[in-house]
Amino acid sequence: MSHRLSTGGRLIDRSERRSFRFNGKTMTGFAGDTLAAALLGSGQTLVGRSFKYHRPRGIVTSGGEEPNALMNLGTAKTFEPNARATTTELFDGLTAESQNHWPSLEFDVGEINAKLSRFLPAGFYYKTFLWPRAFWKHVYEPVIRASAGLGKAPRHRDADHYEYMHVTTDVLVVGGGIAGLTAAKAAAVSGAEVMLVEQTANWGGRAPVDGAVIDGQPAEDWVAATVAELEAMPNVRLRTRAMGAGVYDHGYSLVYERLTDHAPDPSRPRHRLWKVRAGRIVTATGSIERPLSFAGNDLPGVMLAAAVRDYVVNYGVAPGKRTVVVTNNDDGYRTALALKEAGLEVPVVLDARKQATGPLADAAREAGIRVAAGRGIAKVTGKGKVEVVHICDQAGAGAVVEEVRADCVAMSGGWSPVVHLWSHCGGKLTWDDENACFRPDPDRAPTGADGTPFVAAAGAANGAVTTAEVLADAWAAGGGSGEAPKADAEDRQPMMPVWAMPAQAPYALRAKSWLDFQNDVKVTDVELAAREGFQSVEHTKRYTTLGMATDQGKLSNINGLAVLARELGEDIPAVGTTTFRPPYTPISMGAIGGEARGELFQPVRRTPIHDWHEENGAHWEPVGHWRRPYAFPKEGESTHDAVTREVRATRERVGLLDASTLGKLIVKGPDAGRFLDMLYTNMMSTLPVGKCRYGLMCTENGFLTDDGVVARLSDDAWLCHTTTGGADRIHAHMEEWLQTEWWDWKVYVANVTEQYAQVAVVGPKAREVLQALGGDMDLSKEALPFMQWAEGRIGDFDARVFRISFSGELSYEVAVPASQGRAFWDALLDAGRKHSITPYGTEALHVMRAEKGFIMIGDETDGTVIPQDLGLNWAISKKKEDYLGKRAQERDHMTDPLRWKLVGLETLDGSVIPDGAYAAEEGLNLNGQRKTEGRVTSTYYSPTLDRGIAMGLVERGPDRMGEVIDFPLIGGGSVKAKIVSPVFYDPDGEKQNV
Amino acid sequence: MTRYSAFAVAREAFRDHQGWTRAWASPEPKRKYDVIIIGAGGHGLATAYYLGKNHGIRNVAILEKGWLGGGNTGRNTTIIRSNYLQDPSAAIYEKARSLYEDLSQDLNYNVMFSPRGVMMLAQTEHEVRGYKRTAYANALQGVKTEFISPARVKEFCPIIEIRGPRYPVLGALWQARGGTARHDAVAWGYARKCSEMGMDVIQKCEVTGIRSDGGVVKGVTTNRGDIDCDKLGIVVAGHSGHVADMAGFRLPIESVALQALVSEPIKPCMDVVVMANTVHGYMSQSDKGEMVIGGGADGYNNYTQRGSFHHIEETVRALNETFPIISRLKMLRMWGGIVDMTGDRSPIISPTPLGNCFINCGWGTGGFKAIPGSGWATAEMIAKGASGPLAAEFGLDRFREGRFIDESVAAGVAH
Repeated sequence: MSHRLSTGGRLIDRSERRSFRFNGKTMTGFAGDTLAAALLGSGQTLVGRSFKYHRPRGIVTSGGEEPNALMNLGTAKTFEPNARATTTELFDGLTAESQNHWPSLEFDVGEINAKLSRFLPAGFYYKTFLWPRAFWKHVYEPVIRASAGLGKAPRHRDADHYEYMHVTTDVLVVGGGIAGLTAAKAAAVSGAEVMLVEQTANWGGRAPVDGAVIDGQPAEDWVAATVAELEAMPNVRLRTRAMGAGVYDHGYSLVYERLTDHAPDPSRPRHRLWKVRAGRIVTATGSIERPLSFAGNDLPGVMLAAAVRDYVVNYGVAPGKRTVVVTNNDDGYRTALALKEAGLEVPVVLDARKQATGPLADAAREAGIRVAAGRGIAKVTGKGKVEVVHICDQAGAGAVVEEVRADCVAMSGGWSPVVHLWSHCGGKLTWDDENACFRPDPDRAPTGADGTPFVAAAGAANGAVTTAEVLADAWAAGGGSGEAPKADAEDRQPMMPVWAMPAQAPYALRAKSWLDFQNDVKVTDVELAAREGFQSVEHTKRYTTLGMATDQGKLSNINGLAVLARELGEDIPAVGTTTFRPPYTPISMGAIGGEARGELFQPVRRTPIHDWHEENGAHWEPVGHWRRPYAFPKEGESTHDAVTREVRATRERVGLLDASTLGKLIVKGPDAGRFLDMLYTNMMSTLPVGKCRYGLMCTENGFLTDDGVVARLSDDAWLCHTTTGGADRIHAHMEEWLQTEWWDWKVYVANVTEQYAQVAVVGPKAREVLQALGGDMDLSKEALPFMQWAEGRIGDFDARVFRISFSGELSYEVAVPASQGRAFWDALLDAGRKHSITPYGTEALHVMRAEKGFIMIGDETDGTVIPQDLGLNWAISKKKEDYLGKRAQERDHMTDPLRWKLVGLETLDGSVIPDGAYAAEEGLNLNGQRKTEGRVTSTYYSPTLDRGIAMGLVERGPDRMGEVIDFPLIGGGSVKAKIVSPVFYDPDGEKQNV
Repeated sequence: MTRYSAFAVAREAFRDHQGWTRAWASPEPKRKYDVIIIGAGGHGLATAYYLGKNHGIRNVAILEKGWLGGGNTGRNTTIIRSNYLQDPSAAIYEKARSLYEDLSQDLNYNVMFSPRGVMMLAQTEHEVRGYKRTAYANALQGVKTEFISPARVKEFCPIIEIRGPRYPVLGALWQARGGTARHDAVAWGYARKCSEMGMDVIQKCEVTGIRSDGGVVKGVTTNRGDIDCDKLGIVVAGHSGHVADMAGFRLPIESVALQALVSEPIKPCMDVVVMANTVHGYMSQSDKGEMVIGGGADGYNNYTQRGSFHHIEETVRALNETFPIISRLKMLRMWGGIVDMTGDRSPIISPTPLGNCFINCGWGTGGFKAIPGSGWATAEMIAKGASGPLAAEFGLDRFREGRFIDESVAAGVAH
């Protein structure tokens, strides 16, 4: 069984013990361990259950490609499912639980699926569970869902926080092995700004484990010296625990840095997502060893050969006491030698190649290891672990020639370059026959806007195999001139592709040969897919789920492709790969969201008077990115009653509205008038300075998109008010036209919404309140009539006063500099006290405008309504040759007399028509839907009239005054309403124009 | 062709599954067909299927330049709902939804239609009014929906944070018989049935030209030779503009990348589909346990099936706030598909300026849910030579007349 060796372990510190819990059991490891190393060191070979068959599973790898060792990590607010034990660094107090089993890891009821596996081949669920119909949702699907799903769902809000970093660099080098270090150095000495990132905590990658020698030094020393050299260079930025996650258009790349996963610290961000704009990207991402497809290759104890070596050399952990090595390439021997050197038994190295020659095979023999050439594994057997290895001829059909007892199998099926980042943004691959792998095709690199490549692969990621090749390739990829680091050439024996072990394995063995460990896809599943016509590699993937597990096929894809190719009688490159998509390995949603959580998620925009609202019990309503008071309910008052009170107070005395959120755009320049004439349906160029005009804006399709009052400030400047939600949209709309269509017009637009606090003082006493403040302005009807504006001082405040009204009352909208806003509001409250001045919210605003028959963008309009529908023809210039939407409004459907048009609606019983109700006609249309003839657009209880009032769009509405139409209610019954004028209050404007 | 059943699977289990035959044939193209459909995605295959099933037209070829179901049918977030506002939309989406109810049985292929319920959160007063309006419209359209309270939102989906704080949930539009289906299976199931009816599903067959004579279509040119037809259906989603160009007309559409992503799989924690349009994100949980997430479309036109990362950020931020538990999940994979956007965000199902040539496109961000209804309506149009009631309002002429079918009020993100 696996255990900790008494010596060795280049990455661990044996003086620092680390205590952790696994499935409730306390275990110990050392500083520098991964959780996987510590588990193996504690004798834990069984670490999880597979997705479909709930097969017992052990650790297979030592890195991010791990398919099996996924853990529920931590608890409560720091709980994380599906954490890979192989990339989880051990810390004191870590808690981990294995996944996907019930009631326990050792005894899992779900294992019944493994017993039934012959009934559950790839895609069985497409052919079954068809009857009875209702069973899919209520029986089959819930059972399937519960048995799948791996980790537990978190139950709490995340306690941690996250951050973004933005950086621009000449070169981003991904991967801190010897290739990455070499490429980074090559780029750095040429003077480029370099960012070098490494996903693990340690520099150097595989080379120190493999005993490479560089420039005459052991790799370990060369790595340390090179890192020190790079650290000393001002133009180099180095990050460990930082993974290149994705490459996007134009050299935009993501680097995912895990800051505190290895040492939890709530005061620091947990993850940092780097958004890197790189001139060039060098992917020095190494390669991943492939498993071999033999029966029982999924038993706990069967591992990748290089991973076995990693655990021995890096962590002083032996995955087993007796390890059979099975390989189709030279590298497997390194594992055998490492095991032997650590004092562990290696009963045999099975070399699938016909001859086992070369220096590494010789070294193994010299070390006393038996080497069997041309041999493979027929099957591995054991109860939940490796017990017996059944050896056969690789070329045969699996006749067992020998049985060897072992507790570990180290397999090496060759190496696949990590081409993910190369491929994310369109880099293409080529098949390398010699090494049986896909590698980047240098002639088809991802290209930038100017057609030049911006990604280069380096080292093993580029298909280089020996240390010398890796160094030379990486130096070139980094753009180095001068001397590259050097290593001795190696006498390497060619590998032999082995896609089935043994080559003639019968069905019974192939049905036990796993390709995708996590998703339980076996050789026979891919064969079945091919037989059933799922021949495109994408079909095979989707039908069998090959490569769809959390490792995204890092171990399984090439082996699976090879099986598919064989079944189709095609070459592997003809079959092709599935698409590589970001991220390289999964990255946290927290990191993707960055700082934008809690208060920083769409930060609330605040008016200068926001705090007063907050302190005075505002019931808030989100409007755009603002929050506006819906009403100000007093203690014990409902919001409905508050609205009623606010409306009455305003109509009878004086009310106060914070209108600061209204959009304010200054449009200025010699062509501003003609520009506004194009934007608005009515004429703005002729508006005299000092006057205001209500304007409508339409889209190119003629639909009403925004409205507001425009004031002419000077000869060449206009102030355009927009709706609260419309300010940014309309600003962008103006800019779009100015920048793309009328780029030669001399016009500037500035959004000054936040520069002003704007307060509407509304009601019969409005003038008195303002006059009580003093100042130098004449606010009389004569000096400042309706629809005019003036500047001056009110009290101590710098004011621009607009005589405009959205309520039908005498109304002044007063803009003061934002910095004076709160003081102005307070002064108004003081001055209005004797009139019981009443702040009101958006709902009272809506009610009053509806009583007056004013439309509201978003209520009366919905993107399908033109101004003519709303009886706003008076605001559409007949003189202008053109304005945005004019041509569209002349189309057949827009001039159809049957269009629904704005009317008022008065319920016969005085009730309030529900929001959204439709008026129905008798009969059905051709699709069996009830015919409709109108709908409610705004509906309120009117405190002024003490009854329900509504506005609506009704077919030929204005021609049907007095008719009663019928609004069916959901759940039965209906409301009857009479078509009336939409102006319910003061139709002659006597109140506002005083 | 083997009929699929639990019995058939059991029988095959005892002979090592050697008896399964191809799900669909792989024929060589014939010289001529009654109808050629370009595009073997969900919509194209469904069109062919209903041509055969409803109209007895079986001399049909479905030409696919890549692998069938490889476009947006295989890239979407699998949501099915019909709670649309406008009558023509509600009609065709509800037709589709009701066909999905029995599709597994109809096709003898388990498409895993899971009517688990779809809710669209209302997080502003404006949305509340909008969804109430939709509920009223749906009641008259025969679409079963209701506006539900925040408490019921929480009951249906306990992992939602209904208290905000940024945008408290004020209610939701709930369609109990909306849900999801297995997207690939929809394409595969239709393809299998088409093949069984004797139609030719021809993959790796790229149309490179459309031949006509006197303003009437005669056939297509492909990388596998010329093929004649009496009628032609263009059903190619993200490439509609290109193919329409071959037929000599232009389309009022723009093509943009729409992205989606999935988390790593976790045990079931969400039994409904939730769409949050104020913050632009939607999420459901697949049968494998992955949280399936979608968001907005890129703001610029392009044909790369990738998309920009900042859209993913916005979507994930929104969902981290809406579903706080997902913050510690990990994104497994992100991808994009190219969607056709029309001016009113509604589809085009229409005769074209070329005689006997018909087009189905413009489904924008919401085509998967429509597949059966779209196929039904398109088949009717091709068979009869003119649009039936389901397709009538979706003609190309509506753009000229200004007769838009705009759903924007009901959904900021129209999925």
